[in-house]
Amino acid sequence: MNESTRREFLKGAMLATGGLAVSRFALANTSSDHRLVVVLLRGALDGLSAVPPYGDPDYARLRGAIAIASPAAEGGAFQLDGTFGLHPSLAFLHESYRVKELTVIHAVATPYRERSHFDAQDVLENGGNRPHQMTTGWLNRALAALANGASREGGVALGNNVPLLMRGPAKVASWAPSTLPELSDDTLQRLTDLYANDPVLGKRLADALANDAIAEAAARDAKLAAEDAGTAATPARRRRGDARQLAETFRTAAAFLTRPEGPKVAVLETTGWDTHANQGDANGQLALRLRLLDGALRELRAGLGGAWAKTAVLLVTEFGRTAAINGTRGTDHGTGAAALIVGGAVNGGRVIADWPGLSNRALYQGRDLAPTMDLRSVLKGLLSDHLQVPTAWMDRQVFPDSAVARPVRALVRA
Amino acid sequence: MSTHDPAAAIAANRFGLGARPGELKRIGSDPRGWLEVQLSGGAPKLEAARLQPSYRVLAQVIELRRSERDAQSGSATLADAGMRLMQLYRPIYLAEAHARLAAAVESQRSFVERLVHFWANHFAVSSDKRSVTGIVGAFEREAIRPHVLGSFGAMLRAVEQHPAMLLYLDNHLSAGPNARGAAPVDMNGETDAAPMSSVRRRLEARRARRRPRGLNENLAREILELHTLGVDGGYTQTDVTTFAKAITGWSVSGSRGELGLRDPGRFEFKHAWHEPGTKTLLGKRYTQTGVAQGEAVLDDLVRHPATARHIATKLVRHFVADEPPASVVEQLAAVFRDTDGDLPSVYRALIRSDAAWVPTLAKFKTPNEYIASTYRALDWPVADEPRTLASFILLGQRPWTPGSPAGWPDRAADWDGAAAIYKRIEWADAMASRIGARRSAADAAAAALGGMLTDATRTAIARAESNAQALTLLLAAPEFMRR
Repeated sequence: MNESTRREFLKGAMLATGGLAVSRFALANTSSDHRLVVVLLRGALDGLSAVPPYGDPDYARLRGAIAIASPAAEGGAFQLDGTFGLHPSLAFLHESYRVKELTVIHAVATPYRERSHFDAQDVLENGGNRPHQMTTGWLNRALAALANGASREGGVALGNNVPLLMRGPAKVASWAPSTLPELSDDTLQRLTDLYANDPVLGKRLADALANDAIAEAAARDAKLAAEDAGTAATPARRRRGDARQLAETFRTAAAFLTRPEGPKVAVLETTGWDTHANQGDANGQLALRLRLLDGALRELRAGLGGAWAKTAVLLVTEFGRTAAINGTRGTDHGTGAAALIVGGAVNGGRVIADWPGLSNRALYQGRDLAPTMDLRSVLKGLLSDHLQVPTAWMDRQVFPDSAVARPVRALVRA
Repeated sequence: MSTHDPAAAIAANRFGLGARPGELKRIGSDPRGWLEVQLSGGAPKLEAARLQPSYRVLAQVIELRRSERDAQSGSATLADAGMRLMQLYRPIYLAEAHARLAAAVESQRSFVERLVHFWANHFAVSSDKRSVTGIVGAFEREAIRPHVLGSFGAMLRAVEQHPAMLLYLDNHLSAGPNARGAAPVDMNGETDAAPMSSVRRRLEARRARRRPRGLNENLAREILELHTLGVDGGYTQTDVTTFAKAITGWSVSGSRGELGLRDPGRFEFKHAWHEPGTKTLLGKRYTQTGVAQGEAVLDDLVRHPATARHIATKLVRHFVADEPPASVVEQLAAVFRDTDGDLPSVYRALIRSDAAWVPTLAKFKTPNEYIASTYRALDWPVADEPRTLASFILLGQRPWTPGSPAGWPDRAADWDGAAAIYKRIEWADAMASRIGARRSAADAAAAALGGMLTDATRTAIARAESNAQALTLLLAAPEFMRR
């Protein structure tokens, strides 16, 4: 075993021997039917376009050609309240807001204050105060509290590789779609034997086989549903291909989450939010990506069926973008961002923001939306109220050194 | 050397792209020598009839955009060129990806090919940005290959002045706030013109399109954060902005639709967009004017100790271990500093370090390495272009498409998810059934892995029910998945 895996193994062992302590804490009612989905928006989603503060007196001036028009205007934002709107591409999210299933959070950020995507994503996922502080993710550490010594995975990561957010001592599954012919059972058996002495490959193979079974079931169900509805499966063409793949991945997440004895937490990742040039306004690059995301969330709800009522979907990004439009009709890396929580379990229909304004004085370093909330406050509130992660575990293991971030309460319905 | 000595196999697999049949025998008992001799063979050129220089591709793009714009009144940017652009790009991209894999598979100097891939990933551009899709391959051939066995400083300058990098990170549009030619453009992109004739309006619109819009910091930031000093290299936001100003005017001829240009698609220093004046960054004053100012900054970045450390760390992480051993990093950084970034000297230090020869296979192969080493081990001809590309897409490493200027990640955890490994096995199985009995699995195992082949794998291959299945087991074996 090389250095890094030995270290991880030891960490896992330490957590396990703190294991008696774990089970004491984890006696909490794990409300086994509550589900959490975390969607990572990699690349720094522009919160000032996704949730435009149209009512802020400085907004239109700063954003110029890429400002989202106010709700009163043609093609303007959906209205949330007198200050904030939703980008006009986010139709499903707007519907959710109206039935009080969406909460919008603004001017929020992790403790990270530089502007490197990669380090910021590391902080977003490790749950600490700085990059590379931990080599595990806060969500995995939270799952470790709920594991109860169970052998099944508490979480699933959809995508080829497991993101930092889901790495750690708790077992998680991973899955991504495939188009090749199936391996024969005999070959699979021989491979299993060949991997007997390789702990990493052995486990990966076993997991992959288990997950494929789940996904296959989901695909069959989706096909049947489409046949019932009389909608034939159209061949994926290039543009539609991207949308279909995103939608398919979100639907598969739903399939994992609705399996009996299946994971209750899923992580999805999307990219393409780094709009430095030609960002667009109500139309254009960003608008298109938001529309795809919105559509995929709708698919997720459809796939969850009745389970939606007990589900919360958290959408987060590593930081926001500059308040002013830049020299190439886009925006650069910023600080304060927006976050969204949508789902049947969400105590929604509101905007949570201690809005600092966008005046020159108010901007962070004269350029970015200033953050007025630590994102971990939101994460803590969600983990404790929705997944019943015990407070002591949260403070010591999931978000160590985060006393400054007091949990936001009542994010979900009782 | 006994057949159980892994050193030859380590040279071929860890440093190279996997052993071709007969290669381990040729490496024999001097694996270090085999590697060092590759460094003296001259720059690894890649030329083929169908590969076009980047400026020619860009000239076609510019022409396409102009004809689109003339056809309709809207102002098309490079990004809006749409369908016809993709039709232009696709055969170019396929040809380049195919040529690159063919070079990787056939090369007798696979260590040097690995280095080409390493540097192209260090100075990553990504094909998913439409303005560079057609030239990502040419970029590697023009800016990386000629300098892989030369000086870091020469590579750095070639890269940062290559149209692909300038377009990818939007520097071609960047202009200084006080630049001579920067007409103040109102936030909404409107001019304050009085009512004008439609001819004048069109002329004015054309001029407006050609005006720069303002300062863009993207390239400057990534040069500091990713290409040279590294994220902990000790630069500030002010340094980023100042550096961005120093490289204003570093642009691409014809990228703004200028008419009647004789030489579009090349590096062009647009004097009128350059932010004039002395700049102070990283504690040093730069009084040079014009293009020399930014070049002087680059020269100093090469000599900055943080750069030596950053490059050394990346090299050691790539070749030795996900967590680079500090002593090896120190060693390489010292050589980099002492030689002002002479790359062969740094490579030699790597070859001569003991840590790089540890028999434990610490690095998980990336899809790129996995596919190349499979073709090499089996001496299989590289498939036609669409199928080749499909393999890379399937395994998650579309050529030149890391999706960010940070390039593809370089740790096991980034590549060894259950789903990824399973796909790799499925792909291997598909290859194996295509090859059938035409390549002996037992022979390939011995020839590719030599002293790294384990008894368990050898036995599994011997007991397989068919040669095809044996090939699957070979390609899925732990010692083939890693290097």
